[in-house]
Amino acid sequence: MELSIEINGERVARDVEARTLLVHFIRDTPGLTGTHWGCDTSNCGACVVLMDGRPIKSCTTLAAMCEGHEIRTVESLEVDGVLDPVQQGFHETHALQCGFCTPGMLMTARALLDENPEPTEHEIRTAISGAICRCTGYKNIVAAIRWAAEHSRQEV
Amino acid sequence: MQTPAPFEYERATSLEGALASLEKLGPNARVIAGGHSLLPMMKLRLATPEHLIDINDLTDLAYIREEADEIAIGALTRHVDLLESELLAERFPIFRDAETVIADPVVRNRGTIGGSLCQADAAEDLSAVCTACKARIAIHGPGGARTVPIGEFHVGPYTTAVADGEILTEIRLPLRAAAGSAHEKVERRAGDWAIAAASAAVWMDGGMIADAGVALGAVGLTTIHLSRAEDLLRGSSPSDELFAQAGEIASADCSPMSDGRGPIDYKRHLAGVLAQRALRRAVARALHQEA
Repeated sequence: MELSIEINGERVARDVEARTLLVHFIRDTPGLTGTHWGCDTSNCGACVVLMDGRPIKSCTTLAAMCEGHEIRTVESLEVDGVLDPVQQGFHETHALQCGFCTPGMLMTARALLDENPEPTEHEIRTAISGAICRCTGYKNIVAAIRWAAEHSRQEV
Repeated sequence: MQTPAPFEYERATSLEGALASLEKLGPNARVIAGGHSLLPMMKLRLATPEHLIDINDLTDLAYIREEADEIAIGALTRHVDLLESELLAERFPIFRDAETVIADPVVRNRGTIGGSLCQADAAEDLSAVCTACKARIAIHGPGGARTVPIGEFHVGPYTTAVADGEILTEIRLPLRAAAGSAHEKVERRAGDWAIAAASAAVWMDGGMIADAGVALGAVGLTTIHLSRAEDLLRGSSPSDELFAQAGEIASADCSPMSDGRGPIDYKRHLAGVLAQRALRRAVARALHQEA
C-alpha cells in the first residue's frame, strides 16, 4: 500500500506492505536509524518515537496507522548543531554506556518535559518505566532528565 | 524479527462503515485500535487475521462521561485517559489504581479499554475491574446494539461475547450511592503481567455493605468472579474478620497455575491478601476514611 507519513516535519512516501511496522518504516525508508529496534515486544522502549507529541512504541504500531499523524524521532532533537537539553543532560551526567536504549530514553524524556517541565524524581522514574537500560542502573538517566529540566534550550 | 503474517488494511471512518466491512470481509477480519494486544499476537502468529479494520479515527468512541445514573466509557478510550480522568477517579477510583499499574506509560498512550476487554487475557486488569464494578458492555453488530452484563461477557480464555461482525462500543458503570472501589496488584516489575490482582467495589448502606463486587486477575484461565465472597459481604458490617473470610474465599476459589511468577500455593495466598486489601480500601473510600 502507498503510505505517506510526516516524519520530523518531512513527508516520507513509500509503497510498503500493510504489515510494515512503524520502526521499520522509519529506519528503512528515510534511513533514520537513530530509532532503535530492540525487543520487538513493546517491553524495552528503545523504539520510542513521538506520535502527535506523545511517546509510543514503534515496534507495536503499524506504519499504516500513522498516516495523518506527526512522527518525531531522535534525529529531530538537535537543531542547527545545538543539542536538545535532554541530549546535553545525558552528556553532562554520563547517562549512557552502550547507548542502545538512549534514543527511546531521550524521546520519552522529551515528551515528559514537554508536558511537565518540572517533574519530580518519582515522575521521571514513572515516565521511563517503559524503557529498559541494562547498563546504567537508571540513576544517571534520572539525573540527566533532571539536568534537562533545569536547563532550557536557550541555556544549553 | 517478528512480523505479522500478511493482511489487508483499511481505515474505518464511521462505526457503521467498520461494521459493514466486518460483515463483508467475514470472520477473518479483525478490528484494531491501539494494537498493543493484537499486534503482539499477530507477530507471534497466534492471530492471523486476513483483514484489519483500523478504528483509531472513530474518535467519537473515545469519551468518559456521566449520563444519568451511569458512567459511560467509549471503547476507544485510551489507558492514559482512564488514568487521568478526574471524573473516574472520583466515581470509580479503582480505575486509577489499575491504570497506574497497567503496562507502562508509553503503552498506555496507545492501548484502549475496548481492546483490553476484547483481548480477555486472564491477567488483564480492566476485566477484573469491570467485573467488580458490575459493568454492562455495549456491543454493536449488523442487527443493531445489544448490552451484556460483564458476567456474560467473558466466555473463556481470550474469548468474549463479542461475535464475528460485532464491535464492543461502550462500557457502562452503574452509579449507586455510597460507593467505594479499589484495585490491588503485585507484579515483578513495571509493565510485567500480574502475579495476582484483585478488584473490589462496595456500596454501603449506613455502616453495612449493601452490595459488593469482587474479582481476581491472573490466577485462573479467565478473570475470576468471586460470587461466594460477594454473598458473604452483602448485608454484613465491614471488619477485619469479614475481609479475612473474603480473602479465604479468594484463595480457595481461584485456580492459578505454577509458572515463573510463582507456585500455586503462593499465588493462592497472594490472591487472598490482595482481595482483603482491595476490600479494606474500597470500604474506607466509601466511608471517606481512606488513610
